[in-house]
Amino acid sequence: MTSAALFVAVFLACAVEAVEALTIVLAAGTARDWRSALWGVGAGLSALAVIVAALGPALTAIPIDALRMVIGGLLLIFGLQWLRKVILRATGHKALHDESRIFDETLAAARSADSRRSAVIGDWYAFTLSFKGLLLEGLEVAFIVLTFGVSQGGIGTATVAALCAVALVTGVGIAVMAPLARVPENGLIAVGRRKVTA
Amino acid sequence: MTRLRRFLFFWYDFVVGDDWRMAVAVVAALVITFVLAGAGLPAWWVLSLAVLVVLPLSLRHATRDR
Repeated sequence: MTSAALFVAVFLACAVEAVEALTIVLAAGTARDWRSALWGVGAGLSALAVIVAALGPALTAIPIDALRMVIGGLLLIFGLQWLRKVILRATGHKALHDESRIFDETLAAARSADSRRSAVIGDWYAFTLSFKGLLLEGLEVAFIVLTFGVSQGGIGTATVAALCAVALVTGVGIAVMAPLARVPENGLIAVGRRKVTA
Repeated sequence: MTRLRRFLFFWYDFVVGDDWRMAVAVVAALVITFVLAGAGLPAWWVLSLAVLVVLPLSLRHATRDR
């Protein structure tokens, strides 16, 4: 895989995760409290940074052949799951990923939930929802960067691609203040998978 | 559900995904590849064959459930 192909694959895969995180944060902010939701984003990013900083150097202690085998195996499992999902969606056996529906469901759940308050965090529900969404989707982004970057020997390119994807999705999300329902996630997954196996 | 169970379920869902059979097949194929390569036999075909077999089977299983 060339550097350009690696960049495209990581960019597309991370854009999908960023759209999902954006949907959760938008729902938390819109339905509950923006200040608490943004605190959750900050806390999630901080936790993510700590996890990556702690686990990143540990990877260098693992023999490269063993690391390649584990990452290659995980990549193959992920690729097969993505391909399976795309085929099932394309053939109508699985519902298409609908960011608008997910946003509406999250919004309804957030509006009906009770919440605790504290001096710093005005709404713990909004904080927790944003925090979990950011951390889980962020971990997936970190995992994508790691698996694609290490297996193709381009961790720098993969990191830049991921940052570009997250920055683009965040920028567009702030500009439109709505879930990015028009992003063709199913198509992106299919293209990303093809790039991985190319 | 306890926090530990939720944590474990997250990692199971994250790594294994919708069909555990595919994950098991990939791991089994890797083990067979390792054994064949260790014995000095050609092993490049094992993972390819595993993908060609397991993906249609998984799709068939998924569509039959509905």
